[in-house]
Amino acid sequence: MEIDPFIFRLSIFILSIFIGYYVVWSVTPSLHTPLMSVTNAISSVIIVGAIIAGLAGNFESIFNFSSIFGFLAISLAAINIFGGFLVTQRMLAMYKKKKKDR
Amino acid sequence: MISANLSAIFYLISGVLFILALRGLSSPETSRQGNFFGIIGMVIAITVTFLSIGNFSSGFIYVLIFLLVGGIIGAFIAYKIPMTAMPELVAGFHSLVGLAAVFVAISAFLNPEAFNLGSIGNIKLGSLIEMSIGAAVGAITFSGSIIAFLKLQGIMSGSPITFRGQHPLNALILVSIIIVTYFLCSTQSSNLFWILLVISFLIGFLLIIPIGGADMPVVISMLNSYSGWAAAGIGFTLENTALIITGALVGSSGAILSYIMCKGMNRSFFNVILGGFGATDQSSPTENKEQKPVKSGNAEDAAFLMKNASSVIIVPGYGMAVAQAQHALREMVDTLKKNDIKVSYAIHPVAGRMPGHMNVLLAEANVPYDEVFELEEINNDFANTDVAFVIGANDVTNPAAKSDPQSPIYGMPVLDVEKCKSVLFVKRSLSPGYAGIDNDLFYKENTLMLFADAKKMTEDITKNL
Repeated sequence: MEIDPFIFRLSIFILSIFIGYYVVWSVTPSLHTPLMSVTNAISSVIIVGAIIAGLAGNFESIFNFSSIFGFLAISLAAINIFGGFLVTQRMLAMYKKKKKDR
Repeated sequence: MISANLSAIFYLISGVLFILALRGLSSPETSRQGNFFGIIGMVIAITVTFLSIGNFSSGFIYVLIFLLVGGIIGAFIAYKIPMTAMPELVAGFHSLVGLAAVFVAISAFLNPEAFNLGSIGNIKLGSLIEMSIGAAVGAITFSGSIIAFLKLQGIMSGSPITFRGQHPLNALILVSIIIVTYFLCSTQSSNLFWILLVISFLIGFLLIIPIGGADMPVVISMLNSYSGWAAAGIGFTLENTALIITGALVGSSGAILSYIMCKGMNRSFFNVILGGFGATDQSSPTENKEQKPVKSGNAEDAAFLMKNASSVIIVPGYGMAVAQAQHALREMVDTLKKNDIKVSYAIHPVAGRMPGHMNVLLAEANVPYDEVFELEEINNDFANTDVAFVIGANDVTNPAAKSDPQSPIYGMPVLDVEKCKSVLFVKRSLSPGYAGIDNDLFYKENTLMLFADAKKMTEDITKNL
């Protein structure tokens, strides 16, 4: 009997939940806002699905009903990716330690 | 064109990089590196997707155009947005993830061949279930986040909207989502797919309207979690490891944040989600209000008190964000420090409108992060401190949470501000806070109320120091 590949994906999923659990508990509370913005950015890796959907149209009609949704999703996810990473960068750059000379 | 196995390995690598991105946030020093790992992970995932399709036809140029348009809008927002608007921004971003998940699901439903999921009207059962879950959760995330955004932005009133039969209606819709999904999977009918989307949008909307403004930290965290589960659902449909890993990470991250926020309010998750807290039914406390004497002072009195203190703890809250007082506050603290007064900041877990909101604002105003403390770290210090300066916070300082079992916030962890020798309370009026309850602190012997706009008051105090 062969194992359905779904089971492997499910294993990855469950183990990742546990990784997420331990990693997120170790995040310092003062960085909870950057945590939210960066999780936003990385969950936009959904763009890979959007790209596949966008390029799924055949040569005569690039913009068929199905790929239009793909193209729109690419833009939405791109807003999130660029916006999410850049705003996180901007926030993290502000966290500074006390200067000794003060 | 690269093989499916090779691209799967690259997706795994980008999943690992995303884990490292979150791991970096365990301290501010490593966080910037973490963010960089995240960016690399994203670049790998996108590049591999292009390579695995390997079809650099005319469609490719359109992908780039749409990517660039989104990217420019995103970058523009990221640079322009003021730090006080972070909660709105995050809510807005969540809605986009939700909507993107819905669009990808629609696209996969209309053109399953492109994703190797079977053919129209004959999509593999497993894929269809995964797709429906991804689409439904994505739709809930979208409409829920839109409401959260409107409430945070002030376009929609922050007070809870409740009506009769709200909970039975929501329960009915949730049950119907399951029933529609069941029939969708057995009949493959596209009409049912659209119905599923519509009722999911509707329930997202209905779930968030009864939740009030100050409960937004829980709502935002919860929607963060949902956006993760939606991504994971789509990840299963597309059989993509990067998406599954990321969805699980984001899902558990949001769930943990919601838990921390609920604990900060001593309320159960369901109590928050069912909503209606802080609705306008404050009947009893209004009667005996005017009898109690309140000491109020001006900037000069406050400056005098602080000048003669040797230690001060600042307690910021949402009011500071509204008044944009963080820079004025830091200037005041600088002056205090020049007079050799020890200053630290105390942050309650639910201060502000999202997790970590106050920390970001203080960081923006150049407050070093090692002067900022969490509730457990600093609560014992209030007893040996001369002055507590409460700026824009209210319920999180209410001693009734410790002493009055009748109080709606009884049991909520609060900052022991009243243990300081004196308390300065900057507030616009005596009105109760979000929970709709009176704060005993206002009437204490050692409390001096400073009735003014937070920013103006701090500036005036600085002048008098």
